[in-house]
Amino acid sequence: MSEYIEHDKQGVSVGIVEKKLFTFAEPPDEMVLENGARLGPVTIAYETYGTLNADKSNAILILHALSGDSHAAGYYSKNDEKPGWWDIMVGPGKGIDTDKYFVVCSNIIGSCMGSTGPCSTNPKTVQPYALDFPVVTIGDMVRSQKELMDYLGAKQILCVVGGSIGGMQVLEWTLRYPQMVKSAIPLATTTKHSALTIAFNEVARQAIMADPAWNNGNYYYGPKPNLGLAVARMIGHITYLSDESMRLKFGRRLQDKSDFSFNFDADFQVESYLRYQGKKFVDRFDANSFLYITKAADYYDMEKQYGDGSAVKAFAKASAKFLVVSFTSDWLYPTYQSRSMVKAMKKNGLDVSFLEIEAEWGHDAFLLPNERLTNLIRGFLERVCRENTT
Amino acid sequence: MSAGKTQHNHMRYDLQIIASWIDPGSRVLDLGCGSGELLRFLINNKQVHGSGIEMEEDKVAACIEKGLTVLQGDINVEVLDYPDLSFDYVILSQTLQQVYAPDKLIGAIMRIAKRGIVSFPNFSHWACRMQLLYTGYAPVTKQLPYQWYNTPNIRVITIKDFRKFIDEVGLKILKEVAINTHSQNRYGKIIKFLPNVRATYGIFLIGN
Repeated sequence: MSEYIEHDKQGVSVGIVEKKLFTFAEPPDEMVLENGARLGPVTIAYETYGTLNADKSNAILILHALSGDSHAAGYYSKNDEKPGWWDIMVGPGKGIDTDKYFVVCSNIIGSCMGSTGPCSTNPKTVQPYALDFPVVTIGDMVRSQKELMDYLGAKQILCVVGGSIGGMQVLEWTLRYPQMVKSAIPLATTTKHSALTIAFNEVARQAIMADPAWNNGNYYYGPKPNLGLAVARMIGHITYLSDESMRLKFGRRLQDKSDFSFNFDADFQVESYLRYQGKKFVDRFDANSFLYITKAADYYDMEKQYGDGSAVKAFAKASAKFLVVSFTSDWLYPTYQSRSMVKAMKKNGLDVSFLEIEAEWGHDAFLLPNERLTNLIRGFLERVCRENTT
Repeated sequence: MSAGKTQHNHMRYDLQIIASWIDPGSRVLDLGCGSGELLRFLINNKQVHGSGIEMEEDKVAACIEKGLTVLQGDINVEVLDYPDLSFDYVILSQTLQQVYAPDKLIGAIMRIAKRGIVSFPNFSHWACRMQLLYTGYAPVTKQLPYQWYNTPNIRVITIKDFRKFIDEVGLKILKEVAINTHSQNRYGKIIKFLPNVRATYGIFLIGN
């Protein structure tokens, strides 16, 4: 996911929010991961907006994508330059209305945004885990989020919502905890990565690992693999846009010059944009986290895990009401992938709504201000909330 | 028919009749549900479990925003995914004449539903007959306002044709009403005398 964080045009905001930490699985009761490794203690960074109601039925869980964090909405301080990454959607009276719902956004394990990940301290060595951090899965992420929701006292989750890798967590929630999840909104996502998506991720990982500063993951006391991570991010940004959006946004326009420089500086605007995005990213993201999270996403295959390779068999375990949304120009998670999950849901008689939104901005469309998406989510949530109480 | 509720009268006349045929609490699928007018009425007034399929993005969005369960897609393809007898009623209103393979679609409907409700414009209405007879041109009427080269209505169906078709494919007509109304009109009347000549629309409840 890219960053498109802007202040709300109407100035509506959930206000000042605080990042909180929840820790569980203290040794010797470590969390046993899907690959058999033990991890503990496990810390999850999270934020909450709104209030859990008396019958604990109004919780909405937001799940972020690759480079996101728990800061979905609001500001950390009065002078904060930017709100949370989905502030356009989450707040008073917005698509996900914090006046009505108790909204939780959980960071994922493996990340570097406050939850336990490769840059956290390994209690056994008192050094950063680096590559001693076990390879976590989407299932592990969701199991740790379940611990958080139990801790917060949410007996059921009215809706789990997220896009991209966040959407994979949404699907995982509906299959792993079907009794708890009343509804789900998987946006611009898939039940399993295509070869194309795995290929892009692998090139990005190779860019990091080819940087000498990566040093087999041990760079926490020296220079970081910034060049490799920046290239990885540049690759990501290409996949988040589309042919059309790049044509509209950049075309062949040159950056601050009227002719070619006849050297290898950034001549084209698109080059300059990618370099800027790459540089910006290394300041806030850990290269090892990038490796771990992309690997978790590549491994994810809910059809194999829950249905012996059949999406129909897998979704037989779900009971949530679904709103599936895809975007016309998304070539990372194209509409056919959403349609195939919708088909499997229908074959199981699940309550599913589906829309492919016409959008030129590629995979990133789910993060951009989109009145249609806002209204879809609002209408869907109002209905599932109403049906849940009657 | 018992119109009763005020909302009823805001709906297209053929939809009012279709709504009156549906038992409360039943499972309904509306093929080509538009902006969800009928579905919403049925959910609010008959407590049905309703869902719909619609092709146009704007209309699908309008439905989901209203809190309806609707998915975007081609009805001919989407009907194939549902398990057998998933619904009590599948509705196909004013769409059959635009379907490429009506026989396959009706067959698919009767696999997934106990009952089908089908409405369509009647091509043997006297206005059509007169135009063809006296002018020699393909009929253009208020119900069928297109020229032959731009019409979406690719199937020419009459009330008699439909009865014959249902009989030939081994299905049964359980109810039948012929009405005189315009395509989007809230008002109309039931035609009992010479419906194949005098009615602009036919509405059929079909079953096995």
